Order: sequence, then C-alpha cells, then structure tokens
Amino acid sequence: MSTKDAIINKLREAFLPESLDVIDESHLHEGHAGHRPGGETHFRVYIVSPAFEGKSRIERHRMINATLAAELAGSVHALALHPHAPGEKPR
Amino acid sequence: MSIEQFIDNEVKSNDVVLFMKGTPQFPQCGFSGQVVQILDHIGVGYKGLNVLESAELRNGIKVYSNWPTIPQLYVKGEFVGGCDIIREMFQAGELQQLFADKGIPVDVAA
Repeated sequence: MSTKDAIINKLREAFLPESLDVIDESHLHEGHAGHRPGGETHFRVYIVSPAFEGKSRIERHRMINATLAAELAGSVHALALHPHAPGEKPR
Repeated sequence: MSIEQFIDNEVKSNDVVLFMKGTPQFPQCGFSGQVVQILDHIGVGYKGLNVLESAELRNGIKVYSNWPTIPQLYVKGEFVGGCDIIREMFQAGELQQLFADKGIPVDVAA
C-alpha cells in the first residue's frame, strides 16, 4: 500500500470525515532536504470531521499527528494540515 | 544540563522562541521560512534556535512539545503551534492579538 493510501485509510477510520483530501506535494520539494526519489515525503491534508468540533487548533493537529505517528516517524517528512469541523469556514 | 532543561530554560527566559531549521537570516526549510516571514512582518523580536545544528535539540523539542514537526513557536513559555497554525492565526489576526495580550512589543509600523 502506498503511504498516501495508508494516510487516507487511517484518517477515515479515526475521524469518519465528511470530506478528506490528501495531496502528495513531494514533487514540489525536489532537491530539498527530506525529499526522496519516488516521492511520498510531503503531504497536505484537508479534512472535515465532526471529531474536530470544539477542539483547538493544537488539539486537532495533535489528534491527527497521533493517528499518523507511524508515518511521521517513518518516511513522511512534512505534513501540512487543514482540519475543520463541519460548517466552519475554511481558513 | 539535560536537553529538556535547556529547552525549558530557553522558552521561559525568552518571550518568543522559534525552533526552526536554519536561522532567521537564512532559513533552510520552506515551513520555517514562512514563520520567519510572518514574525518579521509583525515586527516582533524573537530568538531562533536552529535544530539542524543539534540532533539532540531536534529530537528533544519534538518530545518536549509532543509535536512531531519543525518549526515550533513558543510565546512566554507556551507552545503556540507549527507553520500551519501560525499562518492561520496570523491571517485571522489572532497571532498579533496574542502578542498584544501577552504584552510583547511589536513594531506597529511594520
């Protein structure tokens, strides 16, 4: 399974998101520290889930970071997060 | 002094501390660079600590904050967030408000 698919599966299972978009941005970082041939090092995540209601920004990031701890400790070098609760205006 | 004590001392003895890759003058990562730009734009003084100079610091700050990525911003000893959070707070005016609430001077002409 690709790292991207692993991220999608874990986030779906943990947060039952209304919407989820995981974008591999590794190609934007070619030549930069952390980039590896084959990509799958830099990801951007847009996720809307009721699980984030009433949670602070830091709490939301911590929830996602904990869910993806294995990926972050492994091949994933950068993870940009855009977590929202349903109905929130995207920032 | 342990790395935890070193970090604790840094974040408590400086109003604003940025743990980053590279230096404020020469950031070596786009995410660290974005936070540097925001802080410079607001005109707040801060201390930059380069985690690339020390594997112990790089790992130590991740454990200290329970946060897996760099950069990390501390204000008055309190962890505020990484690049995404800092940018969102800046765009919403919340970061400027945080500095005002904490009594940290910023260059209003910026």
